[in-house]
Amino acid sequence: MEQLIRDKIRQVKKGDQSAFEDVIALYQDKIYRHCFRMIGNTHEAEDIAQEAFIRAYVNIQSFDDRRKFSTWLYRIATNLTIDHIRKRKPDYYLDDKIKGTEGLDMYSQLTSRDPSPGEQVESQELQRSIHQEILRLPPKYRSIIILRYLEEFSLQEISDTLDIPLGTVKTRIHRGREALRRKLRYV
Amino acid sequence: MNCNDEAHGLIHKYLDGDLTKAEEKELGSHLEECEACQKHLYELKRTITLLQSTEHIAAPANFSNNVMQKLPAEKKRVTYLRMIKAHPLVISAALIFIFMISGVFSSWNQDNELVVSKQEDLIIEGDTVIVPADVTVSGDLYVENGDLIIDGTVDGNVTLINGQLIENEAMDEEPLMAGSVGEVSGELNQVDQIFDWIWYQVKNVFQGVFDF
Ligand SMILES: [Zn+2]
Repeated sequence: MEQLIRDKIRQVKKGDQSAFEDVIALYQDKIYRHCFRMIGNTHEAEDIAQEAFIRAYVNIQSFDDRRKFSTWLYRIATNLTIDHIRKRKPDYYLDDKIKGTEGLDMYSQLTSRDPSPGEQVESQELQRSIHQEILRLPPKYRSIIILRYLEEFSLQEISDTLDIPLGTVKTRIHRGREALRRKLRYV
Repeated sequence: MNCNDEAHGLIHKYLDGDLTKAEEKELGSHLEECEACQKHLYELKRTITLLQSTEHIAAPANFSNNVMQKLPAEKKRVTYLRMIKAHPLVISAALIFIFMISGVFSSWNQDNELVVSKQEDLIIEGDTVIVPADVTVSGDLYVENGDLIIDGTVDGNVTLINGQLIENEAMDEEPLMAGSVGEVSGELNQVDQIFDWIWYQVKNVFQGVFDF
């Protein structure tokens, strides 16, 4: 896998645009999912995920081949998402969180392991409230919690991806976990 | 042991897999006695399990097509350089001819005055033009006979004639990172590099001709 990516990136660097299509195919689900979890809105997640790939393509010459491409791509996507959250008007952000209609649409479309209808509703409700609580975390905690528990990055990988010292990653994870524990205690 | 600071700290270290043997023992014996901390640990573990409960989210259909359509066309400069590399002699000869006719040769080094396409919000120090960190230049930026530092954002193409793009330290560490400072949304053209290269080829042609 790593070698395949490396070869593809080399081709893209040489100007072969079609090789980039394979790179997108390999990472689109991960990056889109990451953006959706960060932002909680399908349209915005799609826009940002697309933008992340476009930025990666445009700046491909500055990518150091000795590093992991996925780390670089996640960093672009995370920075874009955090930027986007910051630029949102605060009231829009609040509105969005309260209505959360996009998230609702998304979760009702989810296909889980065919549980009974009752279970399905319950698990969708649960998933939605978990996601709402993640979205209520400040972005700097949110990105770390998502990378750690939803994308199962190691602490070191998070530190590399976000370029944040390992100690800071740990502190934020502790605080993020405590905040979520208080919120999810009774769900 | 103090529950809030010490025990909770150890619980988080445990969840990160960072406990030493001694700390593990310490936490173990505290948990045996302290129901509050047991509950705390249980709630944290449950939170993590909830977070990890599976969701199936995939990118929308046509995602990669949409991205491919939005990618910028292969840069003209790249094609141009590739052409010169493929036919250096012919191109160089043609360029010399064009330069002689158009007088580019004489004009190139005469006019050393700094020219900037727009002044608002930009800082000019001597021959260096700076796009400050909090500034977004909308539209194309053109700088002639000066260097350029982009700490902020340029929402358009950048053309640098006879000057260098100076990268600040932050950019060296994080080359052209999205979301960081120093962005150019469009194409970056540095003309002096092409000229250097053409000069090199021109000299080669002359040398080749004379040696022959
Ligand atoms: Zn205790």
